Amino acid sequence: MLKFEPRGAESKVWRYASPVLALVLTGIVTGAIFAVMGRPPLQTVYTFLIVPLVQQDGIAALVVKAAPLIMMGVGLSLAYRANVWNIGTDGQFTLGAICGGGLALAFPDVPAVILYPAMMLLGALGGAASGGLVAWLRIRFNANEILTSLMFTYITQYLLIYLVTGPWRDPQGFGFPQTALFSDNASAPLLVPETNIHIGILIAPLVAIGLWFMLEKSLLGFQFRVLGQATRAAKFAGFSENRLVWVAMLISGGLAGLAGLFEATGTLNQLTTNLSPGYGFTAIIVAFLGRLNPLGAIPAGLLLALTYLGGDAAQISLGLPNAVTGIFQGILLFFLLGCDILLRNRIRWVAPAKAAP
Amino acid sequence: MTALLVAFLVSTIAAATPLLLAAIGELVVEKTGVLNLGVEGMMLAGAIAGFATANETGITSLGVLAAIVAGMLLALVFGVISLTLQANQTATGLALTIFGRGFSALVGAKYVGIPAPTLPKLHIPVLSDIPVLGPVLFGHDILVYAAFVLLALVAWCIRSTHLGLIIRAVGDSHDAAHALGYPVILIRYAAVAFGGALAGLAGAYMSLAYTPLWAQDMTAGRGWVALALVTFAAWRPFWLLIGAWFFGALMYLSLYVQALGVSIPSPLLSAMPYIGTVVVLVLISRDARRIRLHRPAMLGRPFQARA
Amino acid sequence: MTDSAADPLLIMTGMTKQYPGCLANDHVNLTIERNQIHALLGENGAGKSTLVKTIYGVVKPDSGEMIWDGRKVAVQNPGHAQRLGIGMVFQHFSLFEALTVAENIALGLGSAKERAGLKERIAKVSNEYGLPLDPDRVVHDLSVGERQRIEIVRCLLQNPKLLIMDEPTSVLTPSEVQALFVTLRRLAAEGCSILYISHKLEEVRALCSHATIMRLGRNVGEVVPAEKSVKELAEIMINMDLHAPIRHTASARSETPRLVLDRLTVRSPYHFGTDLKDIALALMGGEILGIAGIAGNGQSELMDALSGEILAGRPENILIDGVPAGHMGPSERRRIRGCFVPEERNGHGAVTTMTLAENAFLSGHAREALVRFGIIDGKKTHAFADDIIKRFDVRTTGPKAEARSLSGGNLQKFLVGREVLQNPSVLVINQPTWGVDAGAAVAIHESIMALAQAGAAVMIISQDLDEIFVLADRIAVIAGGRISDPVPTADATVESIGRLMGGTAVREAADA
Repeated sequence: MLKFEPRGAESKVWRYASPVLALVLTGIVTGAIFAVMGRPPLQTVYTFLIVPLVQQDGIAALVVKAAPLIMMGVGLSLAYRANVWNIGTDGQFTLGAICGGGLALAFPDVPAVILYPAMMLLGALGGAASGGLVAWLRIRFNANEILTSLMFTYITQYLLIYLVTGPWRDPQGFGFPQTALFSDNASAPLLVPETNIHIGILIAPLVAIGLWFMLEKSLLGFQFRVLGQATRAAKFAGFSENRLVWVAMLISGGLAGLAGLFEATGTLNQLTTNLSPGYGFTAIIVAFLGRLNPLGAIPAGLLLALTYLGGDAAQISLGLPNAVTGIFQGILLFFLLGCDILLRNRIRWVAPAKAAP
Repeated sequence: MTALLVAFLVSTIAAATPLLLAAIGELVVEKTGVLNLGVEGMMLAGAIAGFATANETGITSLGVLAAIVAGMLLALVFGVISLTLQANQTATGLALTIFGRGFSALVGAKYVGIPAPTLPKLHIPVLSDIPVLGPVLFGHDILVYAAFVLLALVAWCIRSTHLGLIIRAVGDSHDAAHALGYPVILIRYAAVAFGGALAGLAGAYMSLAYTPLWAQDMTAGRGWVALALVTFAAWRPFWLLIGAWFFGALMYLSLYVQALGVSIPSPLLSAMPYIGTVVVLVLISRDARRIRLHRPAMLGRPFQARA
Repeated sequence: MTDSAADPLLIMTGMTKQYPGCLANDHVNLTIERNQIHALLGENGAGKSTLVKTIYGVVKPDSGEMIWDGRKVAVQNPGHAQRLGIGMVFQHFSLFEALTVAENIALGLGSAKERAGLKERIAKVSNEYGLPLDPDRVVHDLSVGERQRIEIVRCLLQNPKLLIMDEPTSVLTPSEVQALFVTLRRLAAEGCSILYISHKLEEVRALCSHATIMRLGRNVGEVVPAEKSVKELAEIMINMDLHAPIRHTASARSETPRLVLDRLTVRSPYHFGTDLKDIALALMGGEILGIAGIAGNGQSELMDALSGEILAGRPENILIDGVPAGHMGPSERRRIRGCFVPEERNGHGAVTTMTLAENAFLSGHAREALVRFGIIDGKKTHAFADDIIKRFDVRTTGPKAEARSLSGGNLQKFLVGREVLQNPSVLVINQPTWGVDAGAAVAIHESIMALAQAGAAVMIISQDLDEIFVLADRIAVIAGGRISDPVPTADATVESIGRLMGGTAVREAADA
């Protein structure tokens, strides 16, 4: 019989080994699923995880995909540390893109030095407003933020559909549900010419480092950590839970909004109905894979970006539906959560006890 | 006008059924102190398992059965991780939703846009032919009635049986229940599996009776609305029915408002049920003391038997 | 049963149980005769709980033999224990707050047959043994004494041969204790043996015919309690010469009160809590005020209202050194030198998964100036934690140790030290020595007295009357959310305080 024995203190080794173990187990189980589907497991896993990296421009595609995931994952790390369960970053991402994108459509001719920073600001504000609304509903009306933030995701998605099929539809777009392309002034500034490595790729790791410092070294960060581990102790110390809920929702919402703006102006260059390929849920996995540590969100974001590219690669070269990405992500999160028992417990084999009379 | 009203009521009851089924299951789960946020994922898994099985075998009842099994299996994965391995229930529930979406999309890729045998509407002689009341009350498929029967059974079980007493006890204090020798984890596993079965059934209703088609993410947040319903009902079974009808009506309102000639853009009308959920949630949650009075005290707390 | 009536009911030999890092029971022996009220005596952490949990099937021993009613058994689980005729009343009641008395009792009975006609049987048993109960009332409305009766009735309905009572009187008023003793004596006379676990020596002498004494997981004595003095029993129990506790002697009083509560009324934020009603008190510097009372009469709410976790209606309801503090949060109150130690160490006074340095920072950051420009001063925090550890003799590896690695006594010393070193003018402590070993309790009492000598006003809220009589200059009682007028300790008796704890006198005074 398998038995768990509590450890005295959290294991330092498993803090880093458990995500690795989770990854290995996920690889094995996904391979098994491929085998069941009649695909050669090793080759499929190879196509899924390695091929995207060795392709031409593979690294560029990876970092472009990872930037929004890192930004959203960092925000969620902070929120989840304080037990603020924002699961609606998809909606905040979308609202950020709508706000910044709307500005781009309204003032296409304003010079980029003014227009783009204004778009970034408005995008972040849009996401923060959406997150702030969730915070307000929780604080003022005690409404569960899990449900409200998710409902706002659906509402924002319909708002986007309304805009791109209605007032903002491109008149020259042959009736497709999309806006006109953004002007050059409103495109994300590139870090490397002739690629689509845009400014967001620089900002994402900076945000991660900044928030890591805040969380580990500042009084505000300390308050987040205490609130997440012991609500009563936070009260005893005089840390205001409401204030922290506000900060968590505004930051995680604002970062998601900014990520949405970068995605709209750096990759798509217009608003369409499929702005986010489920980034909201993926960002949750990024946060957990990074151990709710903002720095951890950087490698975690890169890895999950890889699963998107892997899904595309598997679709193109093996004819697998790209929903494989979702399966891989779901299994990964299961194993991540399950393996954490090793942090707090030892596993031992114990002879089964004699049956009760 | 009468025809429109009849159609509206019939549609409302139909739209309410998946919400009701999933919410009944989640209510039992939450009564034992477990919060399973994976309802949406289990519904999707049930929807595709039911649709695929019915499509391959041509037998709808087998599809319904497969949906139940699929929902239960996913629920048991949730059980292993959150109950045995004591992971955070909120996060595990989210993982279940993510996995269910991916799984259903993968299996469902080849079923998009093709028909499957659907659950027949019952026709009860005489009763179904009564004007207005007939079609509204007696013209549905069997799962609609199954939902009512399950609701009554669950309500009776929780209130009046010893099993129900044990369920409430485990949700009120798992330590006390453990001290009295009740197998807390086992009871929670059973409740979680029951919740999964009903979520799977709700999914089967979506893909075999309501739509009836398979489309990716076809539940469109209904699993989350079902979760909100349990809070709305303050963990009292019969209130689920009122809530489910309310949301069912909201979901169909968009179509009928358009039919009445009101010109609101359809995407905004489609957002109505979600806006409605937020508004209702806010109104219901405002009274924190009332929620606390009815909420199972152990909700979301992991249990570890202490020696 | 009759043929072996002369044999002991229960014989346990060589019971051993090892926990990670702790040998809880080391070859412990215990023999209980029929019709006997048998005491199991020992300090916190002596291994009493582990031993009785073994009898009740909650804990599986590593080795040892148990002979019950003449037959060798290994109790598998509490259900098995109940079938054998063993009933247990827990220290922290295993009751369901949201369920009724009858539902709670039904949950403790194994089969549908046992549950037939339950309400009538509850009424019958509770009348017979003087344990009045209304089967239809919901538990959260009941007093602690009534809750204990539920557990006893639940056990009695199963006709037990052995009833285990774990620290039963710590939650009762003195008159309730007397009533309980009458019930227990009657049960013993009718053939039900009783295993009575306690560290209260007077009670054991009054009630029990035999005592097994444990220390650090081992047997250290078998005595007839009535033949020993309290002092002798205590010396066996803690293995040191017990000098009479040094009583606090009144120190110089300040001219003006340092802490004033004026018509303090607070609504409880807790599920089924107790509201505070119209509390008025004044504490001088140099004085220790003891607040006695039974658990659940508003102690937590009083602590929260004083520490700033709950805000008072008006700023003037609470004055700290003359400053209206009723609307201040905890950090602001600390800045004006109000410090607090809550009852619960784990997750309230301390974050168990954080280091001692972080826990020192938790309440010390404001007064000790451990933050500069929003950034934590790590060096200074470490030094502060180190200072607490050294000055209060906290046994640990250092400021980087996690709080949960400390024993209860050591953590409590750290938490008291953390507040005392902030040099408060007002210190409020809820249950200063709850669940703490004797050595740590002495150290904590000494530091409280030293602080009062130095001129601070100290309020201790405690359910342990002995502790209050040792420490306090004046004693007040909290009952039903009201506080009685304080009386000088010299004028108070256990009986007079006990009457107030029952609540009647306070209510009458309030109504008058």
